[in-house]
Amino acid sequence: MDELSSMTIAEARDRLRARDVTSREITEACLSEIESASALNAVVTSTPDKALEMADAADAALAAGDAPALAGIPLGVKDVFCTEGVRSQAASAILEDFTPTYESTVTAKLWDAGAVHLGKLNMDEFAMGSSTEHTCYGACVSPWRRAGDTAPITAGGSSGGSAAAVAAGLCLGATGTDTGGSIRQPAAFTGTTGIKPTYGRCSRWGIIAYASSLDQAGPIARSVRDCAILLGAMAGHDPKDSTSADLAVPDFEAALTEDLRGKRIGLPKEYGEGLGAEMQATWDKGAEMLRDAGAEVVEISLPHTKYALPAYYIIAPAEASSNLARYDGVRYGYRAELAQGDGIVEMYERTRAEGFGKEVQRRVLVGAYVLSAGYYDAYYLRAQRVRTLIKRDFEAAFEGVDAILAPATPGPAFGLGEMEGDPVQMYLQDVFTVTLNLAGLPGLSVPVTLASNGLPLGLQIIGKAWDEAGILGVGHALEARAGFTAKPERWW
Amino acid sequence: MSVDNETVRRAAKLARIAVADEDVPGLAKELSSILDWVEQLSEVDVEGVEPMTSVTPMDLKRRTDEVTDGGIQDKILANAPDAREGFFAVPKVVE
Repeated sequence: MDELSSMTIAEARDRLRARDVTSREITEACLSEIESASALNAVVTSTPDKALEMADAADAALAAGDAPALAGIPLGVKDVFCTEGVRSQAASAILEDFTPTYESTVTAKLWDAGAVHLGKLNMDEFAMGSSTEHTCYGACVSPWRRAGDTAPITAGGSSGGSAAAVAAGLCLGATGTDTGGSIRQPAAFTGTTGIKPTYGRCSRWGIIAYASSLDQAGPIARSVRDCAILLGAMAGHDPKDSTSADLAVPDFEAALTEDLRGKRIGLPKEYGEGLGAEMQATWDKGAEMLRDAGAEVVEISLPHTKYALPAYYIIAPAEASSNLARYDGVRYGYRAELAQGDGIVEMYERTRAEGFGKEVQRRVLVGAYVLSAGYYDAYYLRAQRVRTLIKRDFEAAFEGVDAILAPATPGPAFGLGEMEGDPVQMYLQDVFTVTLNLAGLPGLSVPVTLASNGLPLGLQIIGKAWDEAGILGVGHALEARAGFTAKPERWW
Repeated sequence: MSVDNETVRRAAKLARIAVADEDVPGLAKELSSILDWVEQLSEVDVEGVEPMTSVTPMDLKRRTDEVTDGGIQDKILANAPDAREGFFAVPKVVE
């Protein structure tokens, strides 16, 4: 790994401002790392000319002394974000060569803050998946491998390309989106740090929709501080997204603390049911680290936890079947070849059959079914009632605690192909992350240790709505005590 | 099994996805395994519980009712698989 491309954002920012290194040098280092990392399949569209142009502009601003917060920091962007003039297809064949004529609000904010756009990152198609295997670009491969084994491992999903790129030193940070765990699980699988903010903290405008009541953008980076820096630039009210909150964005970086005296941290007892010994030990260790930082750690109960995943797998496919109705072969993307005499219905049906991958088709069909006449009350309405109960669980718990510490995933990353054939097995990967999306709450994934097979394990800190600053503070204290510095050994 | 072949065909029609006959039984099995698994929600007591409509309750902002963009026909048609004379072109819609 190149030293420049594997710096933290905080370090790069200080060195850029000290004029000790230029953005062009860091950007060139990243581009060269991307070039030699095709085996990871993390970067699916590289934008070197744009990147160097943006780097030079940042260097000029830095020289002039009026550089914005992220001036000269090279980032990767998940393929789900629309980027003007740069192919954006959410890893779907149905959006073949879609080149937006506009820029998503979140990425526009990053470029306004001076960041450099390196290119687009692999993901599960339409963000539906936990392994970045369901993608029109081919599976993304984690830079990590099990000790003494060369079998390819997943970088998680759906933001697997973002996590792999950050872990492998291809960029300094990356954007992700999280609908059921798609930032936190890949971060945990790759020894990186990721935060899903409160629903409404970041604008969803220009992000290709999966399940609109659950989708949120957030960063994946190399430290809690870097996540705080990136989130500060990405967040904020946007008139173009009526669900984005008109709240001031706090200075997240200034809120980082290592002193948790007076804080109460909850451990949900339901999260321990059926948990493997290794993850349980990691969780216990994390709780001990927070105690060491001065926090009081108490057991709490979130009684409806086991119903979160089944509720999610009704609500998310229902919203997806509605959102994905727009892919009709008319306005953008792929259109199937038509036979003589075919009409518009054949065009819709063949375009969608050929353009959507298997997992997307599965979820759209489930969604169409649970919303159909006669089933709506039994499935969708019941799931939305259960969702209310899950949110109430958290509200009750947060009356007694400031934040919650939980596992991020059931265990370390699995191998590519190991979850083939049984969709429900794959869905269970999100058991600890999906509850937050249903309740709209922020969650931060922090790497803590390596499992016995040499792969990273992470813990998750869950906060009250709008308290990203609070969980970043707890995460900072955890990070300082965990001292996770392991890096994947280069094989690519 | 909660989903039969006929149900798969109906959902596929609603979703406007062509499903080949030979793929129907496999899909019925997959959808059944998903729906049998979500069936556990029926054991939750939801009597009197309001279904969620907004996860972070907030008042929707009002804005002035005025045109704020437009005149971007070229941009709108730029990604169309078939655009002619300023329109999206599609196959025959009515018989």
